Amino acid sequence: MSDFAPAMISIAFHGLTLAMVLYLISVGLSVTMGLMGFVNLAHGAFAMAGGYVASTLMSRHGIPFPFAILAAVAVVTASALILERLLYRRLYGAEELDQVLLTMGLIFMSVGGATYIWGPLSQPMQPPPYLQGGLEVLGRTLPMYRLFLIVSGAVIVTALWLALERTRFGAQLRAAVDNLRMAETVGINTSRLFAFAFALGSGLAALGGALGAEVLAITPGYALEHLAYFLIVVAVGGLGSIRGPFFAALMVGVTDTALKYLVPEYGAFFIYALTMIILLRYPRGLLGRA
Amino acid sequence: MTETSKSPKPHDTAVTTALDAYARRHRFRIVEVVPWIAAVAAYFVFPDYLALGGQILATIIFALSVDLLIGYAGIVTLGHAAMYGTGAYTAGLLAANGWGDPVSGLLIAACVSALVGFVSGALVLRTSGLTLLMQTLVVAALLYELANKAGHYTGGGDGLQGMNVWPVFGLFRFDLFGKTAYLYSLAVLFVCWLLLRTVVHSAFGRSLMGIRENPLRMQAIGTPVERRKLIAYTLSSALAGVSGALIAQTTGFVGLGVLSLEKSGSILIMLIIGGVGQLYGSFIGVPLYMIAQDRFAAIDPVFWYFWIGLFMVLVVLFARGGVLGVLGRMFERLGRSR
Repeated sequence: MSDFAPAMISIAFHGLTLAMVLYLISVGLSVTMGLMGFVNLAHGAFAMAGGYVASTLMSRHGIPFPFAILAAVAVVTASALILERLLYRRLYGAEELDQVLLTMGLIFMSVGGATYIWGPLSQPMQPPPYLQGGLEVLGRTLPMYRLFLIVSGAVIVTALWLALERTRFGAQLRAAVDNLRMAETVGINTSRLFAFAFALGSGLAALGGALGAEVLAITPGYALEHLAYFLIVVAVGGLGSIRGPFFAALMVGVTDTALKYLVPEYGAFFIYALTMIILLRYPRGLLGRA
Repeated sequence: MTETSKSPKPHDTAVTTALDAYARRHRFRIVEVVPWIAAVAAYFVFPDYLALGGQILATIIFALSVDLLIGYAGIVTLGHAAMYGTGAYTAGLLAANGWGDPVSGLLIAACVSALVGFVSGALVLRTSGLTLLMQTLVVAALLYELANKAGHYTGGGDGLQGMNVWPVFGLFRFDLFGKTAYLYSLAVLFVCWLLLRTVVHSAFGRSLMGIRENPLRMQAIGTPVERRKLIAYTLSSALAGVSGALIAQTTGFVGLGVLSLEKSGSILIMLIIGGVGQLYGSFIGVPLYMIAQDRFAAIDPVFWYFWIGLFMVLVVLFARGGVLGVLGRMFERLGRSR
């Protein structure tokens, strides 16, 4: 049992990394679905776009890591805002099926477009020199970049939660999720709120995609391949919930890592089974309102 | 409209055959012959494309099964590839392990898929909305992982090989040009279509539409909503299984793709392009999609995804109801301006 503790540390560490990336990407989806009732299957495409823009800026234009990430978030947020105004808002309150189709179409466009521009191979994402190397903990070397990922993820999550608790925008958002018509009645401009929430969620996804390119490799099929995990995080966490998806992401991240470590041949199988059981017991997710 | 008055009409005095009664009840229209004429004509006009043609016919059955769920029962699924793939693997495994009879293979595949549909439906149909979408997606993902891990039997990522499909009824050998495959698929499609047509026009089918429009009210007037949905789900699963089995038998190969999310998504797209809930959307959407895909694959396979995606977006924004919806509105406008 001498290698038990290091194994646990590895699982916890890598599981936490995956959880952070999944949460950053999925939290926006939870808001879109909970607030606007919009089934945005193409949400992963924003994360992928973030990854592509950041890696292109770094590898082809030599822009330093932090600026490349920020630029990627800015670009994706701006395009998300445009897409929301042009496409998404036309289908608020439309049938679920139409939303599924629109966003499925966007996924296919993202797959085709990314293959066309960047080719079918996964995009290399080299961390800057000061984030390379590793840290020795109990006989295991933990990669520095992943430590950075966990820490920065934690900072962003804390900031997000504080912002939603303390700011006017956060209060409006929570009010609208709770009761949309009431929120409109008391004078909240929900149309603008939707646009902001959508852009914020997409920006966070781009951040997650760009920072987590090492965990979830940036490939043209990104939006489709990881869609199941994003949706699981949102559905298990509870629609419209901000904290629920965090626990769901932890569950998925740690379970996935543990299973890949312990019983590699059954990797994703248990995650799906677990999701099914949880959703049967809690159809609205762990922290979803009844 | 169904006939409510019992008073005999002049032409009614003649002895009505069972077929007459059937035709009247379900209002066979002359337009409904068009797809079948087209399918038979295609056999003679495009002898070089029969392999693709056979696959199109088999896929139409899959689209029909999804139409029953989405268009009639109002159950939006993102995982119907689960049943399609189950049928494909059932037929494939049978043929690869010494039972190559195609017709009984189809029936067994239908039963296995129906069973999977019944069990998973009993679990997941209790939910709705996004949770239901997720549950159907998860069922398909589970089966995908299962087929992937059971590589010893299914061939895993390499696909199932070594299928030996016997001649249909011991008479019609599957040939290289796909003639038998085409006609076999056409016959199966016809049977499935007839079955589905009967179902959607029956009282059961009408009650499904009622459930789609307003489940609470249907419950209130005494419809066993949950049971009806489960029956529809099981029936649809059986049809999807037949479609998968047909593809497996006629192509002699089953890959993991039959259980993928992409499969579930693309069949939705094909159905929507044609038009949902009208029984004929599948006959338009599937050929359009698959022929376009075939052509694009020859020119620029990479960009196929981009164009079909763009097309989807445009259909949702500007052509609600797909081809049938647009045609319907056009005829309506013509009628009004006259």
